[in-house]
Amino acid sequence: MNDFVRGLKCRLCGKSYPKKPLNYCEDDFGPLEVDYDYDAIREVINRGKIELRPFNMWRYRELLPIDGEPTVGPLVGGTPLVKADRLAEALGIENLWIKNDAVNFPTLSFKDRVVSVALSKAREFGFTTVGCASTGNLANSVAANAAQAGMQSYIFVPHDLEAAKILNTIVYGANLIGIKGTYDDVNRLCSQVADRYNWGMVNVNLRPFYAEGSKTVGYEIAEQLGWRTPQHVVSPMAGGSLIGKVHKAFMEMYKVGLLDKEPRCKIYGAQAAGCNPIIAGLKAGSETHRPVRKPNTIAKSLAIGDPADGYFAIKVMKETGGWGDDATDAEIADAMLLLARTEGIFAETAGGVTLAVTKKLIDAGRIPRNEEIVICITGNGLKTQDAVADLVERHPVIRPNIDDFEAVLNGKREIVLV
Amino acid sequence: MPIKVQIPQAMRQHADGQANVDLAGANIKELLDNLGAKHPNIVARIFENGQVRRFVNIYLNDEDVRYLDNLQTATKDGDVVAIIPAVAGG
Repeated sequence: MNDFVRGLKCRLCGKSYPKKPLNYCEDDFGPLEVDYDYDAIREVINRGKIELRPFNMWRYRELLPIDGEPTVGPLVGGTPLVKADRLAEALGIENLWIKNDAVNFPTLSFKDRVVSVALSKAREFGFTTVGCASTGNLANSVAANAAQAGMQSYIFVPHDLEAAKILNTIVYGANLIGIKGTYDDVNRLCSQVADRYNWGMVNVNLRPFYAEGSKTVGYEIAEQLGWRTPQHVVSPMAGGSLIGKVHKAFMEMYKVGLLDKEPRCKIYGAQAAGCNPIIAGLKAGSETHRPVRKPNTIAKSLAIGDPADGYFAIKVMKETGGWGDDATDAEIADAMLLLARTEGIFAETAGGVTLAVTKKLIDAGRIPRNEEIVICITGNGLKTQDAVADLVERHPVIRPNIDDFEAVLNGKREIVLV
Repeated sequence: MPIKVQIPQAMRQHADGQANVDLAGANIKELLDNLGAKHPNIVARIFENGQVRRFVNIYLNDEDVRYLDNLQTATKDGDVVAIIPAVAGG
């Protein structure tokens, strides 16, 4: 398998770097991005070849930055794109799809995609210890994939995460460290750890490679729609990277000949009202995000107050003709229930954010009701159960007796509660 | 006791390879001016047209100076100032 990566390149000044674990430019601190030889990729890739491969994210491996075959997470991705007719009807729209990464393998969030790339790359660089700063899903994924790869992991999270996200990290034997502070405090500490120790920190020194894994959400959406892009994609924003990578995926597919027409997909971003730095920047007409010192939202996985890709997220929303909005905690929880009760999909709070914001954008006329929309569900509701625990009805408990059951059917719950 | 300024790894080539530079200064601006007097090449990378570049964060004792008084944030002996690339996380 050829390697199509020429090296890394600064997104600001364009300075080139060899392939190495480095995330910022030594001239202007700008973020580094993987630089591919698209002409060479175009020569070797085509739809038929991809369709013969197993349905997981690595079927697009020419467009991913690893040398040779993936050694970590070879089965990640290949999640369903669900035609969501009942939800569409509830929203008063005609054509809706859900990209469901709540069932991604192995840790039930889209983060398995980025981690699979990052840890495969960490191995190539010779790291035996890996780590990350995380709001939860990434922690779960690094822990699980590092365990499977036989690597040590150090994982840093805000101390007040949901219990399920803590347990789903420790269970894999990771070294988990809770930090008394916000995600931004955790992230800053992780940059300092990466600077001092020779570890592969997936979203610090490995970040240029790591972030490329998100593109596979976009590749899959386009292929699952029959090698075309939808008119609108709505995606949650935490660090703000995913929406840009979905857009980049569509553009790359056109560039290497996998799509016939130049994509015209409008990209929309969703945040929680209690942590909306990118949306606040977008709505204020600012070039970049407006940092939030103390996030306060049930959507903890999106609670990044100072997102690294805030600037690029605003740019992609504006340049594609999309937009964005934010949702309150109550709107988030309601949307989680709506998704569960119309489509049978239990998404985490971030999914509630995405659906609630989609509804707002439709109601505001930003997204036309008769056009095709894809919403990205990136995490699983089993990890954030507290968000809806108080909203669901208590169920009756009865004796194993037919009369008791009929009393329940007739609405006489009070007499059968034991 | 001087103020310690931490330099990230890829930028140390512009500061004679040092991870920490000991300096004096009454606030962040003065401190970085003094850093510039010693190591002009690194300060040229932190600032552009007098503004801190978009992807540079500056911390005083682990607090982002944007939440304090930015470049006017007062500094005192024994403080630790960290210059950290703002291109991580998420």
